[in-house]
Amino acid sequence: MYQDVILDHYKHPHGRGLRDGDAEVHHVNPTCGDEITLRVKYDGERIADVSYEGQGCSISQASASVLNELLVGKELAEAQRIQEVFLELMQSKGKIEPDDTMEETLEDAVAFAGVSKYPARVKCALLSWMAWKDATAQAFGEDRETTARKTA
Amino acid sequence: MTQQLPGLLDTETLRKDFPILDRVLHDGKKLVYLDNAATSQTPRQVLDVLSEYYEQHNANVHRGVHVLAEEATALYEGARDKVAEFINAPSRNEVIFTKNASESLNLVANMLGWADEPYRVDSDTEIVITEMEHHSNIVPWQLLAQRTGAKLKWFGLTDDGRLDLSDINEIINEKTKIVSFTLVSNIMGTVNPVEAIVRRAQEVGALVCVDASQAAPHMPLDVQALQADFVAFTGHKMCGPTGIGVLWGRQELLEDLPPFLGGGEMIETVSMHSSTYAPAPHKFEAGTPPISQAIGLGAAVDYLSSIGMDKIAQHEHAITEYAVKRLQEVPDLRIIGPTTAEDRGAAISFTLGDIHPHDVGQVLDEQGIAVRVGHHCARPVCLRYGIPATTRASFYLYSTPAEVDALVEGLEHVRNFFG
Repeated sequence: MYQDVILDHYKHPHGRGLRDGDAEVHHVNPTCGDEITLRVKYDGERIADVSYEGQGCSISQASASVLNELLVGKELAEAQRIQEVFLELMQSKGKIEPDDTMEETLEDAVAFAGVSKYPARVKCALLSWMAWKDATAQAFGEDRETTARKTA
Repeated sequence: MTQQLPGLLDTETLRKDFPILDRVLHDGKKLVYLDNAATSQTPRQVLDVLSEYYEQHNANVHRGVHVLAEEATALYEGARDKVAEFINAPSRNEVIFTKNASESLNLVANMLGWADEPYRVDSDTEIVITEMEHHSNIVPWQLLAQRTGAKLKWFGLTDDGRLDLSDINEIINEKTKIVSFTLVSNIMGTVNPVEAIVRRAQEVGALVCVDASQAAPHMPLDVQALQADFVAFTGHKMCGPTGIGVLWGRQELLEDLPPFLGGGEMIETVSMHSSTYAPAPHKFEAGTPPISQAIGLGAAVDYLSSIGMDKIAQHEHAITEYAVKRLQEVPDLRIIGPTTAEDRGAAISFTLGDIHPHDVGQVLDEQGIAVRVGHHCARPVCLRYGIPATTRASFYLYSTPAEVDALVEGLEHVRNFFG
């Protein structure tokens, strides 16, 4: 479960810290007590930044780091496709053996394949991804004033 | 390097009663079961009684005149006798079977919510609990307070994991109707000073409810010596099956207080307009009770008594003393709760640097070591000490010093892994 890639992201997280964003969300995983505050910054349809601060287990924190590395600079549609592939992998209960195509899409995030065998930990891995999805929905939401906490 | 400590039980013989302790996990790792505060393992003596009940005597209780019904009833009521003796209850009719300690505590809260004077909890009265309670001794009182308008108050904690009783005369006052607290903390292992709290409660005429879930399995429990009005505990933490709990209550209270759940078994007569109720304990046991589970608990009580609760307490004290000493040798390890074995049970919570408890627990599991991680249904304790969660190792009568050593080695491995 604890692949070197995961431990490496845990010990040396990418893009950690809160920076300017279009929307901010705070998500909690009540079973572990993992927490993340995440901001998204868009440049049109392109993800300019995903910044975050959080505390929790290595899986949840490494996953946020991988997300940052993977999604920043991508177009929204591409990022959503990646998110869906990651979700599918995490919900596979260890039954998906990532192939080359999946590895190409997910890069370091394929290392979480082993986590999908542990139901109690899947939520840890998905925490930042659900936060990103939520923040993105808020950033592009119709009613930005009420749904998004704009950060100057 | 197994230690020989004074006061230990003969665990080599005793562990043979627990087949599950021989399990081998993850490619050859021997199970080290240190999650006894969550649930204990079940000895063969209890498993045999359960099998025999279902193979030979299974029937509903207190109904029917056939042989099996009479046998099942005798076994079920026999279990009540055993439990009454185990806790030194003045009368067997003071022992109510529930499904767990949570139900027992909810039962007390609901009796008081529906009671007439002088027991009635209402908007002019106060309820007192403590900050170290299991959620099952917090939420029922929050619900009662919300529904009645009563004020909920609590004792805070000292930095070393004890109750802060410095303002006891203010917290427990003439308005207090009920004081409910844990005898032994499930997260920190703290053994609380019952006498001081009971004395103050009696001064102001408040009832006292003791959550003995972490005490009944580990030490002699004498409800008369406690001088409480209610005592709650659960079967599955004391070598019994799940699905069986106990509420002991003083007889005159059980006579005066109203029932909570209505149904079969708890009645005397029923018409379409009204009903009268059976005397306690049946008044509080609506519906078909957990029959085999109660009988299993009776067998567990026999098992524990055959070893001796004082000997079990002595064994656990020796293990706890050794464990707190060894654990404090692990760099960056911080015990949440008392750091000596004085007035302390065998549940030991700790943090390990900034390694998250879920990571600690997962890497220990890979080595066959079962601990509990999280907030242990005592989230206010985590908030009090500014931590998101803890890792908890909890010991029982079959725990050995070698298992403490395995835990300490396991934690060294965790540190290297995440270091």
